[in-house]
Amino acid sequence: MIKTSPFYERLREFNQGELWTHWAGQLSALRYDMSAKHEYFAIRNSAGLFDTSPLYKYWIRGKDAERFLAGVLTRDIRACRPGQAHYTVWCDDRGFVLEDGVFFRHSESEFLLTCARPNFSYFSALMGTLEVEIQDVSDAYGVLALQGPRSRDILALIAPEAAELAFFSLCHTKIGPAAVTISRTGYTGDLGFEIFVGADDALPVLDAVLAAGEGRGLRLFGEQALLMARIEAGLVLIDVEFGSSRLAFTDDERFTPKELGFGWMLRGIDSDDRPFIGRTAIRREIAEKSSRWSMVGVVLDWAHHDQLYTDAGLIAPKDETPLSYESMLYDDAGQRVGYATTLMYSPVLQRHIGMARVRPEVATAGSRVNVEVTINHEYRTVGAEVARLPLFNPKRKTA
Amino acid sequence: MTKSRNYDAIVVGGGHNGLINGAYLARSGLNTLIIERRGVVGGAAVTEELVPGFHFTTFSYALSLLRPDIIHELDLVSHGFMPLLMPSGFSPMENGDYLLMGPDHDENVREIMRHSPHDADAWDRYKHDLWRVCQVVKPLFDSAPPNIFGKTPEDLEAMAELASHLRGVEPKVMHDLVRLLTGSAADFLDDYFESDIIKGYLSSSGIIGTKVGPMSQGSGLVLLFHSMGEHDGHFGSWAFHKGGNGGFTQVLSRAAQAYGAEILLESAVDSVLSKDGVTTGVALADGTELHAPVVVSSLDPRRTFLELVDPRELPTDLVDNIRRFRFQGTSAKVNFALDGLPSYPALGDRSDQYRGFIAVSPSMEYLERAFDDAKYGWYSKRPFIDGAIQSIVDPDMAPPGKHVMSCFVQYAPYHLKGSDWDTERDRFGDTVQATLESFFPGFGDLVLHREVVTPLDIERVVGLSEGNIFAGEFFAPQMYFFRPAPGWSQYRTPISGYYQCGSGTHPGGCVIGGPGKLASQQVLRDLARKVS
Repeated sequence: MIKTSPFYERLREFNQGELWTHWAGQLSALRYDMSAKHEYFAIRNSAGLFDTSPLYKYWIRGKDAERFLAGVLTRDIRACRPGQAHYTVWCDDRGFVLEDGVFFRHSESEFLLTCARPNFSYFSALMGTLEVEIQDVSDAYGVLALQGPRSRDILALIAPEAAELAFFSLCHTKIGPAAVTISRTGYTGDLGFEIFVGADDALPVLDAVLAAGEGRGLRLFGEQALLMARIEAGLVLIDVEFGSSRLAFTDDERFTPKELGFGWMLRGIDSDDRPFIGRTAIRREIAEKSSRWSMVGVVLDWAHHDQLYTDAGLIAPKDETPLSYESMLYDDAGQRVGYATTLMYSPVLQRHIGMARVRPEVATAGSRVNVEVTINHEYRTVGAEVARLPLFNPKRKTA
Repeated sequence: MTKSRNYDAIVVGGGHNGLINGAYLARSGLNTLIIERRGVVGGAAVTEELVPGFHFTTFSYALSLLRPDIIHELDLVSHGFMPLLMPSGFSPMENGDYLLMGPDHDENVREIMRHSPHDADAWDRYKHDLWRVCQVVKPLFDSAPPNIFGKTPEDLEAMAELASHLRGVEPKVMHDLVRLLTGSAADFLDDYFESDIIKGYLSSSGIIGTKVGPMSQGSGLVLLFHSMGEHDGHFGSWAFHKGGNGGFTQVLSRAAQAYGAEILLESAVDSVLSKDGVTTGVALADGTELHAPVVVSSLDPRRTFLELVDPRELPTDLVDNIRRFRFQGTSAKVNFALDGLPSYPALGDRSDQYRGFIAVSPSMEYLERAFDDAKYGWYSKRPFIDGAIQSIVDPDMAPPGKHVMSCFVQYAPYHLKGSDWDTERDRFGDTVQATLESFFPGFGDLVLHREVVTPLDIERVVGLSEGNIFAGEFFAPQMYFFRPAPGWSQYRTPISGYYQCGSGTHPGGCVIGGPGKLASQQVLRDLARKVS
C-alpha cells in the first residue's frame, strides 16, 4: 500500500470522488469536490485547506548551521532571522539550479527545510568538519496549508497569536493541546499559513481547523486547485519550469536562478563576502549578461483567442485546467522566442494566462508574442502580451 | 454636489446598463455624469444588508449573460470583478426524490439515467443542438440590430451582413433557431426528453421573467435567451458575483469613476430637456438643470419615451408602439435570512446540493399549472421557485453558520384580479414559504427574516414599469429590431442627442450590459459624424 499522510484517515471521508494521485510517494488528493474550480475559489474568495505533508522535511541543526547553509544556498540565509522563513534555491558550481525549498528558522541554530525531493545525502555530503547535523523528519510532521482571504480569521479562532504573523515569519504555539509551528507561507500567492504538527497530533489539529472553518467558507482543496493557484501566483514548480541540474542530460534542461526569475535572491552577491556554491558562475552570468532566458507571464489577447475559435466554428474553450505541455512562442516575424511552460484560463483574471520562458530581449512587460495553439487540428497562434509575474498578486498576500 | 453643470454626456439611471454606458462614454474622453435616483447605484442589481450581517440580493441574483467583451474593455477585473462558480443545480421532486446536477459531466449523465435511461444520452444531444443555435445568435447579440426600415448605405450593408450570416447556417440549426424563437420550450424539450423532472428542470429557463408557461408558444425564445449566457466559456452557465449583483454594480461604479465619470446619487431626473428637437440636458426633480448635448436614458421604454420627454413631441407611431409595449411583470422575489441550511430528507445530512440554484420545478406540468393561476390574474398557489443559498458560494453574504436564500418566484402578475400587492404581500410570502416547507420540511423554523419583493415593489423601488425585470417582456414582437419599437432599435430616439441604453433595448434584459455598451457605440459614432 502506498504511504498516506497523518491526516489521511479524516481526509478520505471528504474525498467525494475518491480521486487521489501520488505525490512524493504518498497518496495526495487530486480534489475532494467534484469541481476543482470550486476548491480554487475557496483559495481566492474564502479559505482552502491543503494537505502538504508529502513534502520532504529535514532538520538542519548545529552551531555552524547558518554558516553551512550560507555556503550552500543561493539566497543569503544569514538574513533569515529566527522566527522567519526563506524560500531559496541551491545550485551546482556552474550556477545551475539543483532544487528549491523553504527554510524555516526556528532558532539561531535550527532550520527546518521543506522541499519537493529528497535531499539528505546532498546536504550531508557538504558538511565537512562543520558542527552541523541533518535529520530526516519527513514522516514526523503533518503539514496543513490554510490559504485564502479568510485564512487569518479562521486561524485567529484557534491560534490567535499566529494570526498576527508577518509574511514569511513563523511562531510556535498550540492548537488545543497540540504543539504546532505556524508560518505565514504557502504556494497559492494568497494570504495564507502553514501549520506543522507532530504526526501523532495531526488528526485533532485537522479537526480543530475544520471546526474553526465551519460556516466560514473553508473547503479542502487538492492538487488541481493548487496548480491553478500557483500559476496565477507565478510560483515555479520542479519538473515543470525546471528540473535538477544534477539530473539533466543537457544544458537545455538546466536553468540558472536568474533565468528562473530569482534575480531577487541574488541581491548583494557582487559585493558581499559570502562564498556559496555557484557564486562565481552566477557573478559571471550577471557581469556578462549571459542569461539565456527570462521567466515571465503571458496574458493572451482574449478577443483574438475567441475570434480564432469562432472563425473555426467552435466555442472558445475557457478551461481552468493547466496544460501539462509546453506551448511555443513566436515573435511577429515568426521567429521562436520562447515557450509557455503551462497555460490555463484564470477565473479570477478572466484571461488565458501562462508562465513562460522567453529570450531576455522580449521579456519586457508589454512585449508582444504569439502563442501556438491547435484549433481543429491545425497550428494557430494567438496574440499575447508579456507581463511580470505574479499575474495575480493581492495586497492581502503580504499585508 | 456636482462639480460642474455642463457635461458632454448625462446618463439617466445608475443601473448596470447606465453604469456601463457611462463608463464607455467616459473612457472615450467624454465628461460624463451618471444620475441615480436612489442612494446606491445598481438599479435592479443591488445587494442590501437588510438585517445586520445578512446581505440580500434584493432583485437580480446571479450573472450569466454579461457580455464577456465588457469585462475586458472596461478592465473590470482590476476593479474587483469576481464571478464565483455555482457548482450544482438541484431540483426537488414532489415524491421526495430529486435531480442533482453537478460539475462532473458523466456523473450528471448517471443522475439523469436514474430518472430515465432514455434521457441519459439525449442530454449531450440537447446541449449540443442548443449551443449550435447559440453560436448563430451570438454575433447578433453583440451588435446593434440593423435598421430594417432604413435605406442608407449603412443600413443596407448591415442587412446584407445579417443575410449573409444567416445564409451560412446549416438547415437543422436554422430550423432549431426558428422553433425556439417561435415555439414553446415544451415542444423543443419533448424532442429530447421523456422525464418530467429533467423537463421541469430545463424548462424553467423558458419562463423566467416572462408571462408564459413552458407549454406556451414564445417560451422557446425565453429558453434560448437564457442559454445565451457564456460565463467562463460555457453557454447557459451561471455564476454568483462576489458580494452579489450589488457587488458587481459596485465594480462597475468604480470602473466608471476610474474613467472619469461622475456619479450623482439621490437625484431623480424629472425630465430630459430639449429645444427644437435637440437635447440640451436634464432637469432634476428639485429643479436643478444640468446641461449636455448627449443624454442617455437607461430607464425602460415607457419612462424613456412617455415620462422623461413629452410624448407629444414624438412621432405618433412610436408613442403608440411604446404604449402597447408589454411589461406585465410576473415575477417576485422572496429573500430569507436563515438560521441554518434546510434539510432534504432523501439526502440526509448532505448539503452540497445547495451550492447552486435550487429549482422548484418538478415538472413542466407543475410550471404550467403555476402559470394557469397567473393567466387569470392571481399568483401561483404552488409557484415556481428559483432559489439560491448564496452564502454557501460566498460566505461574506451572511454571518458564520447562517445563510441568505434568494428566491425568485413565479408567477406573480403585476395586475391582481380583485386585490392588490400591498394587501397580498404577506399572504404571497406565506405561499412561497409553504411551498418550500412542502419540499424542505422544517424550512419555516429556519427563517430569521423574510423579505417579500412584489412586482409593485420592483416598480416602486427600481422604477421598472409594472415590475418587469427585463424592462419589457421577452416576446418576439419586442425583440431585436423591434426592441423597443420598430425603427428605434439602434439606441437613438427622435430627439437628436437623446439616446436609450436600458434593458428595453437589444440585447436586454438580464444583467447583460450589451445595451449599455452598444448604445455608447452609437453615441460615439454619431458624435464622430458630427465632428467630421
